[in-house]
Amino acid sequence: MFMLKYILRNAFRHKLRALLTVTGVAIAILAFGLLRTLVGLWYLGVESSSSTRLVSRNAISLVFSLPISYKERIRQIPGVTRTGAMNWFGGIYISEKNFFPNFAIEPQAFLDLYPEFLLSPEEQKGFLLDRQGAVVGQKLAATYGWKLGDRVILKGTIFPGQWEFVIRGIYRGAQRSTDETQFFFNWDYLNETLRRTIPRRADQAGIYIVGVSNPEKAAEVAQAIDSSFKNSLAETMTETEKAFQLSFVAMTQAIMIAIKIVSYVVIVIIMVVAANTMAMTARERISEYATLKTLGFQWHHIAAAIFGESLFIATLGGVVGILGTFPAALFIEKELSQFFPTFQVTTTTTVLQLSAAILVGATASIFPTWRAATIRIAVGLRRIG
Amino acid sequence: MTTVLTASGMALVVMVFAATLMLTDGLKKTLVETGSPDNVVVIRKGAQTEVQSGVERLQANLVESLPGITIGSEGSRLLSKELVVLINLPKRGSNKPSNVVIRGVSSISLALRPQVRLVEGRMPQPGSSEIMTGSGIARRFQGTGIGEHLRFGMRDWTVVGIFEGGTTGFNSEIWGDVDQLMQAFRRPVYSSMLFRLADSNNFEKLKEQIESDPRLTLEAKREPRYYLDQSEAMSKFLNILGMTLTIIFSLGAIIGAMITMYASVANRVAEIGTLRALGFQRSSILAAFLSEALILGLIGGLAGLFCASFLQLLTISTMNWQSFSELSFSFSLTITTALESIAFSMVMGLAGGLIPALRAGRISIVDALRES
Amino acid sequence: MAANSDIVTIRNVTKSYRRGNQIVPVLEDISFSIQSGEFLALMGPSGSGKSTLLNLVAGIDKVDSGSIIIGGCEITTLSETELARWRAVNVGFVFQFYNLIPVLTAYENVELPLLLTRLSRRERREHVEAALEIVNLADRMDHRPSQLSGGQQQRVAIARAIVTDPAILVADEPTGDLDRVSAGEILSLMDNLVQNFQKTIIMVTHDPRAAEKAHIIRHLEKGLLADG
Repeated sequence: MFMLKYILRNAFRHKLRALLTVTGVAIAILAFGLLRTLVGLWYLGVESSSSTRLVSRNAISLVFSLPISYKERIRQIPGVTRTGAMNWFGGIYISEKNFFPNFAIEPQAFLDLYPEFLLSPEEQKGFLLDRQGAVVGQKLAATYGWKLGDRVILKGTIFPGQWEFVIRGIYRGAQRSTDETQFFFNWDYLNETLRRTIPRRADQAGIYIVGVSNPEKAAEVAQAIDSSFKNSLAETMTETEKAFQLSFVAMTQAIMIAIKIVSYVVIVIIMVVAANTMAMTARERISEYATLKTLGFQWHHIAAAIFGESLFIATLGGVVGILGTFPAALFIEKELSQFFPTFQVTTTTTVLQLSAAILVGATASIFPTWRAATIRIAVGLRRIG
Repeated sequence: MTTVLTASGMALVVMVFAATLMLTDGLKKTLVETGSPDNVVVIRKGAQTEVQSGVERLQANLVESLPGITIGSEGSRLLSKELVVLINLPKRGSNKPSNVVIRGVSSISLALRPQVRLVEGRMPQPGSSEIMTGSGIARRFQGTGIGEHLRFGMRDWTVVGIFEGGTTGFNSEIWGDVDQLMQAFRRPVYSSMLFRLADSNNFEKLKEQIESDPRLTLEAKREPRYYLDQSEAMSKFLNILGMTLTIIFSLGAIIGAMITMYASVANRVAEIGTLRALGFQRSSILAAFLSEALILGLIGGLAGLFCASFLQLLTISTMNWQSFSELSFSFSLTITTALESIAFSMVMGLAGGLIPALRAGRISIVDALRES
Repeated sequence: MAANSDIVTIRNVTKSYRRGNQIVPVLEDISFSIQSGEFLALMGPSGSGKSTLLNLVAGIDKVDSGSIIIGGCEITTLSETELARWRAVNVGFVFQFYNLIPVLTAYENVELPLLLTRLSRRERREHVEAALEIVNLADRMDHRPSQLSGGQQQRVAIARAIVTDPAILVADEPTGDLDRVSAGEILSLMDNLVQNFQKTIIMVTHDPRAAEKAHIIRHLEKGLLADG
């Protein structure tokens, strides 16, 4: 088809300019993709929430704990399958730079309530039997080179002292989105140590993880739990795991919004650059367009040529940017693992990137197209030489 | 028209660059102002924030008896034992809950913190269920204005005063009587202590004394340092993010500048030829185009800086993920930032215009004239 | 008065341009006719309106008042779209600076007007090759304009102008950018087109040698015809 041939040849008429524009678009699309992935990360916890789990915490705030005696009462609420105590431990491995989430959790409850963490039967048994046992995600284990049987020491911040654990299990995530950077150890180890050292802090659960048999009834069960502890010394606030994760996200919402805005600004900037390029290019070819009109071509032919060229260059840049996003994400995952233990690019992101590139190409051509299509032939021809 | 577009592109980049610097400065300002260098914060060893920390009554008394603490006008030491916990409160309007710091204070607490001033109402009576709230909280959370009530710890608490902390973190806190709060939350231990050094140079000695005492599992920091450490991770993250973005953006802007400058050169080939034929040197042509690029950068920089200055009207509140408490800060524009931004913009223009300008200088007279 | 019929009739045509807030009159109430098979040279000083007149006849500009009838069709009443379609088939335009599309080969440049017709690829090929034969450039059909000399480019332009077999050719300073030898070749070619292919050519020129080749010369001065 003639138009295609014309567009393609025109796109590379000024090789340097085309190269610069394609590079510019590629960089912008790459940045856009990385930023969106960053925002997506924030919601990772939300994404991997289970609809059959509730989180029960002290109604005042997470800073306050719940008595261990609540466990039996929660278990007896209709609709509850199982429940277990879990405490955020916040331990440090060697230095503060090596951040990863670590929790104390009742082992049997852990195995029952988190089916997405895949462990072999030996590993499961090992965790149940060893007081000092710990189960870690495989990404975490790979980062520090931990193997089964290794001893790992965490320095306590909330619970002071040096705490020694033995790796009894390395779990794989059942889905791609499952977080494999977490560290779980036996709650009884924490509690028994506290009973010896700081008895008044013992027998306290940070939160309760509650399993429900029917996700549809989740809200009812949550209500039931909260009512049964209303007006007691430690009132509870029970919500779905998703809501719980969302509440964390909501607290850093300002930053997320800022990053989202920035990702759009990136696109706007490159739109400006691309529009600039197209405007220049079209202006240089005004007499050519006028000639075509003289020959009998009409405004829609001219429009198609400019629009097509702009779209082609932008899409080319977009594809290059998309291709570059994957190695960049890999690099971030490896080198900046303390901030971003996982940095996966989703299909949605790629689709958005492509759409952004197309949008850039389309908008960049609006003004030049309008100008070239409407210019009077006699005026356009005068621009010769 | 294309000049406008290029300059706008650069302006946007400068805005991002300036915004990043302003953000870091604003954050630092909030943190550093949150703290006097003569004050010392004592928390449990290993705890990174007051929220994680616990100081037993016995330990607190031991520290109180140490020499080197300023004696106040009434004869008692300028030392405050405080409780810091978080409570979950719903925001006005959106009902979304967020964590708010509640600090149990004593009458000395205000004296120790000169940046905090009571602006409305009065201080809570010791021994009562009265509280006062920071202006950052009073505005945004339900039940925190004067005369309003909060319910926690099975009790109702009345807000009797509002205090101003400027951009310090205290602005986002609620204060009440420490003993009452400890009772209500059933916390038998303090979270931290704050005292004023009699002689600022004595800090190291006092720190050594506290940290090496086997009965005390505590550590001591100067107050500004304490708050700085608390937000280190967050600052670093924002910084890295900002800088990375700026680098990416500037690449885009430089490319834009290059395209414009190349076209500019191409359009004026005849002009160049004429000038050279008249006797102008290559270097003057080079200089002319470089100056043009620099001016482009300057204009873009000024425009971007102008827009960025409006960011100062914005206040950002987010959660400090180290301490889990609300962190409120604004953008702060300093002369240094302004100058750095302009310089950055001009460098961008230069980088974009260098190669095209070189090209312009190298065109031979004959070629130039022939092309017209 | 001639045996041939009039192919172009210009009646009371007026045209002016805006320059800022001023209206500059260019052609004032001009009327004349051109006969089929004529080779007309329009001459006159700068600003006399000859190029404007050419543009009006070629249908690339619109009159303020008056009418122009070409080959029986009153082009002054046509809409933009109709005018574009009319031009594609009925007029060939030759420019001073050739105005070839640089990214297309000589063949593709000549083919351009045919793309607006319904001819098949094979039919188009026949026309293009025929046109290139006439201008004697068949061996260079795959060259781009940058690979051709000025004279050769102009010949390609002429091939493009005749490829749809229009009745009239309009030329604006066709030899203005050529050396003496090439100019001579172009003028001979144009003469050939008139003599052997029954084309009507209206040419605007400064060049007295070009004017010599024409059959009729008309002078334009300040938008009015002077006879000569």
